[in-house]
Amino acid sequence: MEAADLGLWSVPLAIFAGAIRVSTPFLFVSLGECLTERSGRINLGLEGTLVMGAMSAYAISYLTGSPWLGVLVAGVVGSGFGFLHAIICNMPRVNDIALGIALMLFGTGLAFFLGKDFIQPQAPNLPAIPFGWWSDISQIRSALDINVLFIIGVLLTPAIAFFLKRTRSGMILRTVGDSEDAARAMGFSVARVRMLATMAGGFLAGVGGSFLSLYYPGSWSEGLSSGQGITAVALVIFARWNPLYCFYASLLFGGAGALGPALQAVGITSGYYLLNAAPYILTLVIMIAASSSSRRLAGAPGELSVTR
Amino acid sequence: MIKSERILSGIEAFALPLLALTVSMFLFGIFVMLAGANPGEVFALMYKGAFGTSFSIQNTLQRAAPLILAALCTALPAHLGMVIIGGEGALVMGGLASVAAALALPDGTTPLILQTVMVLTGMAAGGFWIGLSGALRHYRGVNETISSLLLTYIAIAILNHMVSGPMRDPASLNKPSTMPIGDENMIGTLPGMDVHWGLVFGIVFCIITYILMYRTTFGFAARMVGGNARAAAISGLPVGRLLIVTCVIAGAATGLAGAIEVAAVHGAANAPLAAGYGYTGILIAFLARQNPLAVIPVAILLGGIDASGGLLQRRLDLPDATVFVLQGIIFVVILASETLFGRFKIFKPKEAA
Repeated sequence: MEAADLGLWSVPLAIFAGAIRVSTPFLFVSLGECLTERSGRINLGLEGTLVMGAMSAYAISYLTGSPWLGVLVAGVVGSGFGFLHAIICNMPRVNDIALGIALMLFGTGLAFFLGKDFIQPQAPNLPAIPFGWWSDISQIRSALDINVLFIIGVLLTPAIAFFLKRTRSGMILRTVGDSEDAARAMGFSVARVRMLATMAGGFLAGVGGSFLSLYYPGSWSEGLSSGQGITAVALVIFARWNPLYCFYASLLFGGAGALGPALQAVGITSGYYLLNAAPYILTLVIMIAASSSSRRLAGAPGELSVTR
Repeated sequence: MIKSERILSGIEAFALPLLALTVSMFLFGIFVMLAGANPGEVFALMYKGAFGTSFSIQNTLQRAAPLILAALCTALPAHLGMVIIGGEGALVMGGLASVAAALALPDGTTPLILQTVMVLTGMAAGGFWIGLSGALRHYRGVNETISSLLLTYIAIAILNHMVSGPMRDPASLNKPSTMPIGDENMIGTLPGMDVHWGLVFGIVFCIITYILMYRTTFGFAARMVGGNARAAAISGLPVGRLLIVTCVIAGAATGLAGAIEVAAVHGAANAPLAAGYGYTGILIAFLARQNPLAVIPVAILLGGIDASGGLLQRRLDLPDATVFVLQGIIFVVILASETLFGRFKIFKPKEAA
């Protein structure tokens, strides 16, 4: 299997492969945050949850030899952080945005503290499925090595959309997010629904973090996350709180994030750092275009503090 | 009666954060115990590393200077009900712009003029950066918390780009850096101390902004917007102008911190400029209940915690992230303690009973 000379074709190929790789954590965090925000609460702490998830997944995978157990533990740790966010926010007069920032700092600090011993050793990584077996060109084969978590995320997207739209629990969650008063009048516990939604969101964000340390880049380090958690929160606003749009937006952000490395691989290195900022610039531009000072965003949950 | 109410609520604003701080220390003690260290030893070392010797006090004050200014970035807009968390970005932009300005001046410019130009461009750049968040919020309804954080990531990318590309000093090999501003142009230290003038800038900025927020019509109007933006708009206040001007002042404070970090510590702009002062500043602002004067002692306290990290690492072999854990615990507990305000009868005037 020789590496064929693909010339400039390697750029779109690398962006395609990179988009799938880079978008996976975005996808999980944004799906999780979508659930949380639909219940009327915003959790900015998912950045910390992501880093905690990455650290704990790597540590468990290294200690037990099972990366899937690592993914599970990352999810459980993530829902623990979600639980913390939820019980504190359920107390009166506590600001969910500020608490999210606090948990972001706490989560990253804790992960750096506990993860010190796991920076060097190599833990077993998650597998990929070789969809490119039919091709003779090694670049295409490696581009079509799709990681399993991405596939799970793809399956999860319609499942969450179905849950929100068609099930009774999803309806309760949306009611709580749109009007606390209506939800109370119907006899639902606002605090409990939000707690479950935030814990589910934390679980998915933790799993998203496990992808970073167990697949790509595939090892634990302190510079692992470069703000994916926070970008994903903004991405949910861009996706208008719709799981399907979250999926497309994640791919778009993944592609934007893959642009810098893809161009670097073919020798275009100038502006590397600026290209790395592409997802943030894109988020900002989209938020400017999508927001308006005079009306609320279409599809925004009524109780959500960021859109008020 | 009004007066005693004010005093009591003042005591409450002081006592509850103090209580939260004590609870945080207790939780942190349990945490280090689980990590296998002796809490008593940790606290003793932290005190020693922060305030124990004259060296450590100066080290603490040195760190407090940028923290004071960075905290204003969150504290001032909070009076208008905004949560700005982009201090790190304003600091980076201020530092970078001040270097660009210093390098653009002709050779032979006197140090005083050069430093003045650096300080002013740093303030302008930081003010622009946070002002952008304020303007986006007012004109486009973009959430200022998220936009200011995104602007921080963009600012750090710009810093890395400029430092490793267009503005790179060819002599800086391993650690990409801009050209140095020159030793003779560095801001000096306070007489008799090893602390640079940044501390004085920070304290003066806090006093001025305190007066602005609590003793002028501008501040009254700004706080009215924070109380109820719609009512303020209906009563004819220029809400947008108040919002943006406050953001510009807040950003200018933090941009000044960046310029001082360059002119008094690093001597050039490079990646260590983004040292996390902006994030600690958010915590300080909340701990100080957004009061510019309270920012000063809280920043010195947090600067001390920061400064003691190295000692904990060397003596007890604890990771350098230990202080981040403590900061995180303090932050979470402080926010949770918000729920206690107004719950205790002892802080209510007697007459109400």
